[in-house]
This record gives sequence, structure tokens and C-alpha cells, in this order.
Amino acid sequence: MSADAQRSGAGPSGTATGLDAPDRPANGPTFQALSTGRKIKNHAATVLVTLAFLIALVPLVWVLVTVVGRGVGAILSADWWGRSLNGVLPESYAGGVYHAIYGTLIQALLAAVIAVPIGIAAAVYLVEYGRGRLARTTSFMVDILAGVPSIVAALFVFAAFISIMGGVQSAFMVSLALVLLMLPVVIRNTEEMLRLVPDELREASYALGIPKWKTIIRIVLPTALSGTVTGVMLALARVMGETAPVLVLVGYSQSINFDPFSGNMASLPLLMFSELSNPEPAGQYRIWGAALTLILIIMILQLGASVVSRFSAISK
Amino acid sequence: MTERTTEQAPSRSSQDETSAAGSATIDTVTAPDPARERSQGSPIRGRGERIFRGLTSGSGLLVVAAVAAIGLFLLVQAVPSLLANNANFFTSPVFDTRDAANLNFGIRDLLVVTLLSSLFALLIAMPVAMGIALFLTQYTPRRISRPFAYIIDLLAAVPSIIYGLWGIAVLAPALLPIAEWLQGNLGWFFLFAPGNLPVLTGTIFTGGVVLAVMILPIITAVTREVFSQTPRFHIEAAQALGATRWEVIRMAVLPYGRSGYIAGSMLGLGRALGETIAVLIVIRAATTPSNFSLFDGGYTFASLIASAASEFSQPLPTGAYIAAGLVLFVLTFVVNAIARVVAGGKVNG
Repeated sequence: MSADAQRSGAGPSGTATGLDAPDRPANGPTFQALSTGRKIKNHAATVLVTLAFLIALVPLVWVLVTVVGRGVGAILSADWWGRSLNGVLPESYAGGVYHAIYGTLIQALLAAVIAVPIGIAAAVYLVEYGRGRLARTTSFMVDILAGVPSIVAALFVFAAFISIMGGVQSAFMVSLALVLLMLPVVIRNTEEMLRLVPDELREASYALGIPKWKTIIRIVLPTALSGTVTGVMLALARVMGETAPVLVLVGYSQSINFDPFSGNMASLPLLMFSELSNPEPAGQYRIWGAALTLILIIMILQLGASVVSRFSAISK
Repeated sequence: MTERTTEQAPSRSSQDETSAAGSATIDTVTAPDPARERSQGSPIRGRGERIFRGLTSGSGLLVVAAVAAIGLFLLVQAVPSLLANNANFFTSPVFDTRDAANLNFGIRDLLVVTLLSSLFALLIAMPVAMGIALFLTQYTPRRISRPFAYIIDLLAAVPSIIYGLWGIAVLAPALLPIAEWLQGNLGWFFLFAPGNLPVLTGTIFTGGVVLAVMILPIITAVTREVFSQTPRFHIEAAQALGATRWEVIRMAVLPYGRSGYIAGSMLGLGRALGETIAVLIVIRAATTPSNFSLFDGGYTFASLIASAASEFSQPLPTGAYIAAGLVLFVLTFVVNAIARVVAGGKVNG
């Protein structure tokens, strides 16, 4: 800002007084035109970066058009949202996916119930308390956890909770794997929001004699609430599409199962994967219908997240 | 993010110290132990403070413990199978666990397919991501670049199973002419030589293109973040010397953002290495060992584990897959650690 002001101030006054006029050669040009080579390079770069952006739009539009085009027939059918595939034959264009929608939602919600408190607490630790080597290690491990492939998280839950502790495959095991995938997203988003809370708010609270922990709970966290909620919704959107954990940790069921702690349970990705081995055309119909349903749910969450972030008390 | 940690930590802690020291000087009159006051790092001590502090630190520790536990439990479960393995784990191309009494499994082909597909994806995605990041930070005004950036982020919101379905049903036939041309004209080069599949769809080539689409938003997001942090005066200095827009980018933006760009690419590579379901759906299984060609089929670490997931019943064969998962975990750990070190605290993974 100040540089702009200086420049605009110095320029006109310099030419107006003509102080530097005698230094100039009589007919020498002040500025030389850009050489052709530099012009071409500059234009080529502009074209290339614009092209890169347009190239990235191709797969996005292509995927969305494919999914909507092939899936819209299924989701508009009468039974789609209110029936399961219980007793529906592989070749039959009937039944619906509400059992899979329930599974997708309950697995993600259970994971959130575990991951959100831990994630927020860990973020509070990193921002408000963390010092020294332990904090640096924690921050490093959050990055590593963010990079752990979902299949590895699923294998870990299988090895720890099923092989060694003798648990059984169930939707809850899937939720445990999803917790590992949600945690880094929740921690990073909350951390970012907590750092945006102005120190003046904390200091004002301290000045009134409020202990630090109460300040965090009553002042800092509420201020960062909308950003935290946004992060949680984005994390939910991310884990709902995960297929690897459901493949390893729960069996597929064509009918509804309300109990996440026992038995097989369908989810939208698992339904799609199971129908891949269905050779009938109805299998494709269900796959693309489920794909469109999944994308719709994720889009609603994403939109919700951006709406919530509008109501943020603090801005970036 | 990490940069802010390092920036903010000293200022906040010094502030804590002064406030603690301030109360300590007052406390010297009333309380006999100012050192204890300072060690708590808080203006006011109390049981609530200790409990809350313990809870939050415990959650932080839990994250560290979780990563350690992943490595530990995978190792514990893999060791018995590795000891019972009759083939060389690193050099054997077969992965045969049908007979629990005679295990023969090696990761050579898994490693080849995983690396080939991921590096090919990286090769495609890196230049495009660089272009998008430059377009969004240097060529468009902020008002337009934000919705545009949101559109690119939407690519990351599409679930990987949908990329897999799209990749095999729609993209693979569309890529067939390109694959045929490459093999027809550049077949002498080992990457484009005939592979171990009878067809040219559903190859590592197809899978790599799908992976490139999937990692594009990650690389773009990190690179965009770093490019947008280029100091204003670097750019203005270049402009003052009469640089064109491209020259400003080359002289100011790229040198500043290079490490972040590389870190973002490593994060993308990590994601590609571990991608499971899209690869499982797109790349076809092969019956013969890999030819090191892009037109090979086969399994990556992740897709092999997912393909066998329904057969995890006997401990020894399951342990073989867990051993493969352990290698994948170590690979992604190393790649992500490198990303963090290279970034030098400039980016948030």
C-alpha cells in the first residue's frame, strides 16, 4: 500500500518539474518495446496456464455428466429412497438403496462421534498448550496420519481389533477405521481456526481472572465454532466415499440392518462394489444410481460446510 | 500451518512467561512457591486447569500413539507369515497364499505396478497442477480465482470408487486410440512395449491417468497456497525492472514456491501410492509377471489387499497381506515425511 502511494506520488511530480530532463539523451527512447521473443514467451505462458485450468475441468465435467446421465433414472424411481434390495433378483429393476444410505450415514456419524472430541482436544493442545518436542512430534504425526492410505487404516483395525482382540466384522469396525481418516482433517481445520482467534480475546478473559481452561472452553472454542463445524462436515464428506475400509471390515447385506455393532451392513460404496460382480444390466443401473446418490449426499455436506463458514465470527 | 506454529509458538510462550512471571512477582508476597506457578504456564492455577490440560495433551498423545500402533500391529501380524514364507519377500513376483502350509509371496510386481502407476500419474499431474496454480494466483483476480479454486477442489470431493467406475467404463475406451498409437510408434521403448494383458484398456496406463485426475486437486491446493504467499515486494521488484508477467513468475514466484510445489507433489504421490479402490476397478489382473511396461496389468499393494479382503480368515495367509500393507505404510510414511521436510513449514498437508 505504502509502496503504491510512493510510486504514484513520485512519478507525476518528477515529470512535472522536469528535474531529470537534462540527464536524458535528446532523442533516446525511455522505454524500449518488448522484444518479439519475450512477447511470444509471455503469450505462450498465458495460453498454457489457461489451458491447464481448462484441462482440469474436463474430467470433472465428464465424471459428473457420466454419473448424472447414467444414474438419474435410478434415483427418480419410486422405490429408490424408501426400499432396500431385500429379495430383489439381480436382473430386476426394482428395490432401492435406503439400507445402504443408512449404513453410509451411521458409519460416518459413529466415526464423527469418536473423532470430533479427540480431534478438537488435540487441536487445542497443539495451539494452546503444545510446546517443545512432544508438540512437534504430534504435529508431525498428524501429517503422517493424514497420508495413511485408507486400506492401511482398515488393515490396522483388522489386525488390532479383529485378529488380536478377537472382535467380529461389523459396521463399528468400519467406523474405527474412519476415525483414523477423519482425525487429521478435524485437527488441521480446528487448529487453523483456533489460530485465527485474536489473542486480545484471550487476554481480556485472563484479565478478568478467568482460568485458561475456562477461557478456551467459553471464549476461544465458541469463537472458532463455525470453522470447526465446517471442518467436521468436510471430514464427513471425505470418509463417506471411502470403500477400502468397508471391503475389509464389514460384509455386504441386501437388507437393512440397524445395528452397527453386529452383522453385515450395506453402504453405498459397498453396494456399488458388490454390484460390479452382477452381470445383469440392472447391476449397472444400481451402481450408477448409488454413485449419483453418494455424490448428492457429499455435495449437500459440502454446500452445508460453505454455508456454515459464511457465518464465521472470524474471517481469514 | 507449521510455519505459523514456529512463528507463533515463541511469541505465545514468551507472553505466557511474562504473564506467569508477572503473577509470580505478585505471588512472592502471597504464595511461597513462584516456580510452581510458572511451571504451569497459565495465569491461574487450579484443578480444572490440570484436568483440561491433561485431556488435551492426552488427545495429542493419542494421535502419536495411533500412528505408532499402526506400524506396531501390522508388524506383529506380519512377522509369523514372513517367517513361514518360502519365497523371497522382496524379489519374488508371485503372491500365492492359497495353501497356508506353503506360502509363496513376494512384493516385486506389487512394487513395480505401484511405482509405475503412481509415478506416471505424477508425471501427468505435476505440470497441469503447476499451470492451474499459476493461473489461479497470477492470472486471475481474487474475485474470480476463489470460485475457480473451489471448482478444482470439487475434484477431490468425488469418491474414488466413482473415479474407478468412470475410469474403466468411460475413460478406458476413450484412451484406447492413444494407447494404440503409443504402442505402435514407440513400442521399442520399454514403457510402451506390449504388456502382459491381451487388451490395451484397463492397463497401468489407464490407471495412471485416473490417478492423475485424483491427485491433481491435492498438488494444486498446496502449490496455489505457496504461490499466493510470494512476497509482494519480490513481484513488484521484478515488475519495476520491466519484467513481463511470465518473467515475474520465473524470477519471483517459482523460486519462492519451488519447495512447496515439490512438497505438494510428494503429498500427491503419497495419495497415489495408497489409492485402493479406483486402481482395483481400473487395472486388470494379470497372470504373468510384469514386463515393466505401462501396458501391463496387475495389482498394486493397496488393490491386492482389497481384492483379497473377503478371504481374511486364516491367520497366516492374512498375515501375508498385512506384510504387504506394512510395506505400503512404510512407503507412504517416508513420502509424506519427505514432503514435510521439503516444505520447510511452508505448507499444510
